[in-house]
This record gives sequence, structure tokens and C-alpha cells, in this order.
Amino acid sequence: MHATNTLAEADRLMTLCNSCRYCEGLCAVFPAMEMRREFLDGDLNYLANLCHSCGACYHDCQFSPPHEFNMNVPKVMAQVRAESYAAYAWPSAFAPMFEKNGLKISLIAALSVAVFIAGFVAWHDPAALFGQHAGNFYRLMPHNTMVVIFGAAFLYAIIAMIMGIRNFWKNIGEPASTLTQGGSLWQAMKDASTLRYLDGGGVGCMNDSERPTDNRRRYHHFTFYGFMLCFASTSIATLYHYVLGKQAPYAWYDLPVLLGTIGGIGLIIGPIGLLMAKRERDPMLVDESRKGMDVAFLVMLLATSATGLALLVLRDTSAMGLLLSAHLGVVFALFVSMPYGKFVHGIYRFLALVRYAKEKRMIESGEAGTA
Amino acid sequence: MVDFSKRYDVLVIGGGNAALCAAISAAREGASVLVLEAAPKFYRGGNTRHTRNMRCAHDAATDTLSGPYSEEEFFDDLLRVTGGNTNEDLARMMIHESKDMLDWIVQQGVRFQPSLGGTLSLGRTNSFFLGGGRAMLNALYLTAEDLGVAIAYEAEVIGLDVENGMFLGAKVKRPEGETYVRAGALVTASGGFEANKEWLEESWGPAAKNFLIRGTRFNRGTVLKMLGAAGVDQIGDPTQCHAVAIDARAPEYDGGIITRLDCVVFGVVVNKHCERFYDEGEDVWPKRYAIWGRLVAGQPDQIAYIIFDASSLELFMPSCFPPIKADSIRELAGKLELDADALEKTLGEFNAAVKPGTFDHTQLDDCRTQGLAIEKTHWARKIEKAPFYAYPVRPGITFTYLGVRVNHQSRMMMADGKPSANMFAAGEIMAGNVLGKGYAAGIGMTIGSVFGRIAGREAATNARN
Ligand SMILES: Cc1cc2nc3c(=O)[nH]c(=O)nc-3n(C[C@H](O)[C@H](O)[C@H](O)COP(=O)(O)OP(=O)(O)OC[C@H]3O[C@@H](n4cnc5c(N)ncnc54)[C@H](O)[C@@H]3O)c2cc1C
Ligand code: HEM
Ligand code: SF4
Ligand code: SF4
Repeated sequence: MHATNTLAEADRLMTLCNSCRYCEGLCAVFPAMEMRREFLDGDLNYLANLCHSCGACYHDCQFSPPHEFNMNVPKVMAQVRAESYAAYAWPSAFAPMFEKNGLKISLIAALSVAVFIAGFVAWHDPAALFGQHAGNFYRLMPHNTMVVIFGAAFLYAIIAMIMGIRNFWKNIGEPASTLTQGGSLWQAMKDASTLRYLDGGGVGCMNDSERPTDNRRRYHHFTFYGFMLCFASTSIATLYHYVLGKQAPYAWYDLPVLLGTIGGIGLIIGPIGLLMAKRERDPMLVDESRKGMDVAFLVMLLATSATGLALLVLRDTSAMGLLLSAHLGVVFALFVSMPYGKFVHGIYRFLALVRYAKEKRMIESGEAGTA
Repeated sequence: MVDFSKRYDVLVIGGGNAALCAAISAAREGASVLVLEAAPKFYRGGNTRHTRNMRCAHDAATDTLSGPYSEEEFFDDLLRVTGGNTNEDLARMMIHESKDMLDWIVQQGVRFQPSLGGTLSLGRTNSFFLGGGRAMLNALYLTAEDLGVAIAYEAEVIGLDVENGMFLGAKVKRPEGETYVRAGALVTASGGFEANKEWLEESWGPAAKNFLIRGTRFNRGTVLKMLGAAGVDQIGDPTQCHAVAIDARAPEYDGGIITRLDCVVFGVVVNKHCERFYDEGEDVWPKRYAIWGRLVAGQPDQIAYIIFDASSLELFMPSCFPPIKADSIRELAGKLELDADALEKTLGEFNAAVKPGTFDHTQLDDCRTQGLAIEKTHWARKIEKAPFYAYPVRPGITFTYLGVRVNHQSRMMMADGKPSANMFAAGEIMAGNVLGKGYAAGIGMTIGSVFGRIAGREAATNARN
């Protein structure tokens, strides 16, 4: 029996799909499903996190609603996925964070921006907040303080996410040794970085109708690589500071600023594109109860890049103080909420792809026990 | 919105593979085309929605086909399954054209993949649609739309205006009311009459009431009837249909592929009186599945039960409903509402008659019974290992054979032997020309695509002149 009704419904769908298999060539979910004849909760959570929500199997299925078999794999997989995030959350007391996630993330963000403003005002005389500092952030917040606060937030997020990874891996019932298979890891990196399975089996994803487009993948690339560049920018800046002893602010042509600018622009285009795609998405495919979580994450990313870029452009003006508080507040909120929001999708999807890389080799070599 | 007041070059009736291939090919010839589909958008495409592959000749292996399949071999297969009941000229032409179909259909946006898990035996001869028949249709519809083809859903043709073999116009029933539409040429691709139970009853008697329709409810054969009335020559046996035994719990229409059961050879099949009625192990399943629809149709109340035990459970592809399960034969009989004594007796006699042998489900093995009125000649093993399982089955109709006669141009032939001035047919509605009886997997789509493409092209040329 299954832990939730959603999992029971996913079991029903996978059992029907296993007797049909028409969608076998569309993505990784169906070949992985065919290796099984029974679907335990862990199997379903694994399959749900393999699903990229491209929508193709919904439009290609002869049994999707209004047919009485009511096959809606993308939607049910999205529901299972969202439930699985909560189930893996660490500490488990924080699992309810995934309920009304959008609201909670906005509250955390607003709160942390307010705390940064209040902090600056309390530490300095209020006028400093609106003063001109020629781009020198450390006048408002010493570098070491910044490192301690953000290092702690980041470390916490990493620990919580590692615990989530453990929970996921145990739940799907995969031996730990798979995570040390270089081949599987490398394959998963390639599949994740190209979003190989967000293409409806080759033509593009079917977001608003059966007419495929590659928009979501394109905008996700902007988002993903934008985020990675911003992350790289911050990491390099830290190295500059401690290894080279080079202090911010850096000139526009310096690596941290260049990477941050390009990444920031990607992190503006990407989330806006994804928000637009979300608005156009066929409502039949949408897990309404988790829309808030998706939107909150998109808005947080957008707020991170928007405040960051604004800070860069206006760092020599009197708006710097407020912008710095806003940017630091948003980034802080992004970090601490990471383990409890949509960000974890990347982690669990990547892990599911690692396992699938291994299973795919088994299928290809004929070792897999297909029914 | 579709303009019904306009006079189109080509009117296509139907919305499946044959119809769309015709519409696309006519539009590529420069014709203005209107497609009338009786079903709403979701159910568009009739039985094509449920398909998974097509059979085309090819000279060499490809990315998706594991080896060559020559025209000659295809023709031999066709002769074998039809017992020679085919128009040899048309069949050879179709098989020749099928070669080019593999490319043409891909150019229309359809994608292929290697054979699906569990269907390896078709990997050399049949091309499988990536995403199945509905994906295939979606691609054809997008291409047709891009070519400017007008498509009306919920537009059922309820009357044809034909004068001396010349099509003038059609009466169409739509949610908004009835309309009349005129066109220069007609392509009918409206399938068979498998969903018309009253018509099926004419040949099958009241038994037809208990038949399940594997595909669409919209293939009622009304256009076929109208064409007959308009003097078009008919072909194919009106009393025949392709029927298989499917799960009795399937919905009345559109249960599709997932209600099929591939486990007859592993157990015994009894009717509602718990009697066996046919050799379950006569031959390998791909060669026998198509007789079981008819066999079950001949049983009281058109119901039968496949019964097997734990040792066979994982030997066949799963189907959509779980088998009914019990720890004893008596309990199983109770769940099936059968006479427990009778079922125990039948299975007891069966088990006693099973001779020792080496079981091998991949070939005709030597496991058989001896001494029964109806022997099981292969794969006979004692049914004794609990839990015991059963699937209730009913006849499920795939398609009918009656159709209209056509020539090499896919042009309809009138009963007086003359070709029609401007009427063409493609797909199941003319399948009887090449497939007089029997079936070979994937040939329905070949017939639709090849003759659809020809019909569209010829209709466009016809309308222009
Ligand atoms: C479960 C199942 C699986 C199958 N699998 C395969 C397979 O893998 N390969 C294969 O080759 N064949 C398969 N077949 C057979 C195949 O479906 C048919 O041979 C094929 O679909 C026939 O195509 P068609 O275009 O002629 O008819 P259809 O696809 O049935 O289309 C007929 C169309 O006509 C419309 N129509 C009917 N009457 C009217 C009217 N009065 N006015 C307007 N429109 C009307 C219907 O709505 C429908 O859209 C399968 C059949 C079934 C049931
Ligand atoms: C590890 C690799 C990753 C994979 C395989 C991956 C995959 C996906 C997929 C398939 C979707 C679409 C389905 C869904 O909404 O759940 C998605 C959505 C999204 N991803 Fe990723 N992702 C990864 C990492 C990231 C990262 C690092 C970011 C940015 C920080 C990111 C940002 C987003 C956003 C904003 C969405 C939401 C789109 C929406 O809600 O419409 N992803 N991701
Ligand atoms: S989604 Fe539909 S068409 Fe695809 S495998 Fe499942 S049942 Fe078959
Ligand atoms: S939505 Fe796309 S990725 Fe998910 S199961 Fe369906 S085809 Fe696969």
C-alpha cells in the first residue's frame, strides 16, 4: 500500500503505462518504469524526479482526460515530486515549509531585507544608509561580518541538502556505491546540463498545446547557467579577497564583475521566460497546489539578479545603501530557504539521472529484468 | 473558424491516418482542403489514435528497423495472412509505395523509434511511432494546419450528394446545426463500421450486444452505407471482422491496446459453464490471438475466463487490469461467480491429462495433454501452484472488412464497373481491396498512408481539371 493518495494514483498510472509503453521513446521515465512490474513508494518517487514535466506524454496519450482512464502523467508526477521534497526535508520538522511555500518564502525574504536595513541603520547613523560610498559595500558591512553571516547560511543550506540527499537515496533503495560510479555521474551531468529529457523525445516540450517548442529548455539554460555564473563570480571574488588580497569594488572588466553581469542578465531573462511559459502552460498539466513554490523560486531568482545588477549600476549613488540591504536580504533568504523550496528539484533530478544512467546501461546490455 | 460556405477543391471525410495523409498530400498539390471529423478534438483520429506501428518494405536496416524487409517478403506475408484473398496488382503497388512511405511520413513530422519493449518480433518489419498513434496524428495535424488545411471537429457527414458517380456536396451535422458543403472532389477516409452494433448484429445476431469496441465510437460506417446507396461497388465480406479476446472489464469503447491479454497460452480458457472450448496451445500467440475474439463470441453470453497459476504470472506483458486472484480454485470460482465444483472438475481433469515435458514458452514445446476431448497441444502445465489467477474476457472488435472498391488511383469504382468521376477512398474503408481477410500487424496504417497519399494527390489533380 502507498503512503499517500497521490502515490496510489501514480502507481495506477505507471501500471497502465507498463501495459501500453507507447511513450517509451519520449524520456527516461518510461524505460525506467518498464524495468519494474510493481511500483513501491520509492520507485514512484524516483520516477517522479526523473520526469522533466515536458508534457509530451499527456498530449500523446490516447487515454488522457476526458478518457475515463484519466491518464495525466505530467501532473501526477509533479504532485508526487512536490510531496517527495517535503518527505525528504531535513530536519523533518521543517517539512511543512513546503505547504504554502510561496507565502513562506516571501515572508522570509521580506523579513531578511528588513533586518538588513534595520541592521545598517542600527550600526551606523541612519544617514550612512543614504550616503555615497563610491561603491564600497564594506563601509556598510565589514567584509568579515558578511562572510560569517553568509558562510553560516550557506553551510546550513548545504548540510540540510546533504541530509535530504541521504533521505532520497535511501527511499529509492539505491546502494550508495552507485554515487561513486564515474560513468553514471558523468552521464547524469551531461543529461542535466543539456536538460536532455525536457524535449518531448526530440521536438521540444509541449507546454501550452501539442505544438512543441524548446522555450522552456532555453529559458532554463539562461536561468541555470546565469545562476552558475553568479555563483562563480562570488566564489572568485572570495578568492580575490583572501588569496590575492584584492578588495572590492572591482572594475567593470574584472572577472567577478564580468561573470556576475553576464550571469545576472541570464538570471533576468531566464526566470522571466520561465514565468511567461508558466502563464501559458496548459492548466491540465499544472499541479495548482504547488504553483506558489515554483513562482516564489522564480521571483527569488529574479529578485537576486535584479537587485544585484541594480547595485552594480547604482553603486556610486546614494541608493547604494538600500540596494545593498535588498540584495543581501534576498540572497540570504535564497540561501536559507534553498533546502525548503523549488531549488531542491535540481538536486533530486540530478540524483535520479545518476541512477537512471546506471539502469540505462543495464537495459542496453540486456541485464534489466523487463517484464 | 472553418468557412463552410466556400467551395473547396477537396473534401476529406474522416480524421485518422488515411484522412490526414490525403489532406496533406492534396494541400501539397496546391488544393484547398476541408477535413470533416465527426469526433471532438480530443478523440480525433478514430482508430489511428490507438496504433503503434506501420509495416513498410525496406531494403536495409535503419536506425529504427533491425533488418531489411523486401517487397517480395512483404507480399508473401500478405498472401499468407489473407489466404490469397487480395487484389494482387493493388497489393504489389501498395507494397512498392510503402518503401517511400518511411521517408514521406517522416517529412510530415512523424517520428519513429525502434520496436517497443515486449514487441521484439516486429522489430525488423514494423516501424514504431515515437509516442504512439496519437503522437503520430498530432504531427500530421500540425503539418496539415501549417499547410492551410481547414479542419472541422464535431462535424459528422450525414448525407452525400452523388449524381452518376459524381460527388457534388455533403450534408454535415455540427453542434451549431446542419450545413451543406460543396467540393470539387471527395476523399472518404471514415473507417469501418465496427462501432455500429446494430450493423454488427446483422451478421452476429444478439451476441454483438456483448462485444467491446477496442477503438473509437465514431466509426459507424454511415458513409460506407451512403456510398453503397450511391452506386459505389462494395468489396469485402460484410459478415467478417477482426476480433480478439480482451479484458471483459474494459470500457465499451476506446479501451485500446492496454486491454489485450497475452496469457491464453499459459493457462486454460473456460466458458461460463467452466468448460474448455479450444486448444489454448495450438500455435504461438502472434499466430493465434486473432481467433480468440471469434471463439469467445461463440460462447454463452460471450464471456470466458483465462485461468492460470503463480508459475505463469510473470511470463507475459502486464495488462491494465490486475488479474483476479485467489488461494484456491474454489475461492477463484466464487470470485468469478462460477460453479466451484464444475471448475474444480475441469481443472482436475486437465491436470490429470498433462504429460511430462520440458516447458519453453519461447517455442512450440513438448508439454501437452493426452486424453481430453479438447487437448492442449503445447505449453500444457498443471495448474496447481497457488495463488491462482483469472482474467475474464470478451470479444473486442478491432475493425471490419467491408469496404468500397478502388483502382490504382484510389478512385472509387462504381457497381457498373466505371470509375467514379471525382470520388476517392483511403484507409480502412477500402482495406478490403488488399486485405480480404486476416491481418498482419501494422498493415492498417500502411493501407491508410499509401492510399491516403495517392487519393489526396489524385483528388487534387481531379479538382483542378
Ligand atoms: C487498439 C487498436 C490498435 C491498433 N494498432 C494498429 C497498429 O499498431 N498498426 C496498424 O497498422 N493498425 C493498427 N490498428 C488498426 C488501425 O487502427 C486502422 O487500420 C487504421 O486506424 C485505419 O485508419 P483510417 O484512417 O482508415 O481510420 P480511422 O483512423 O479509424 O479514422 C476514421 C475517421 O473517420 C471519422 N468518421 C467516421 N465516420 C464519420 C462521418 N460520418 N463523418 C465524419 N467523420 C467520420 C472518425 O471519427 C475517424 O476520425 C489498431 C486498431 C485498434 C483498434
Ligand atoms: C541539476 C540540474 C537541474 C535540472 C536537471 C533541472 C531541471 C529542471 C526541469 C526539468 C524543470 C521543469 C519542470 C519543473 O518545473 O519542475 C526545472 C524548472 C526550473 N528550474 Fe531547474 N534544473 C536543474 C537545476 C536548476 C538550477 C541550479 C536552477 C537555478 C538556480 C534552476 C532553476 C529552475 C527554475 C527557476 C525552474 C522553474 C520553472 C517553472 O516553474 O516553470 N534549475 N528544472
Ligand atoms: S501515457 Fe498513455 S500512451 Fe503513454 S505509455 Fe502511458 S498509457 Fe501509454
Ligand atoms: S512529462 Fe515528459 S518527462 Fe515527464 S513522463 Fe511525460 S514525457 Fe516523460
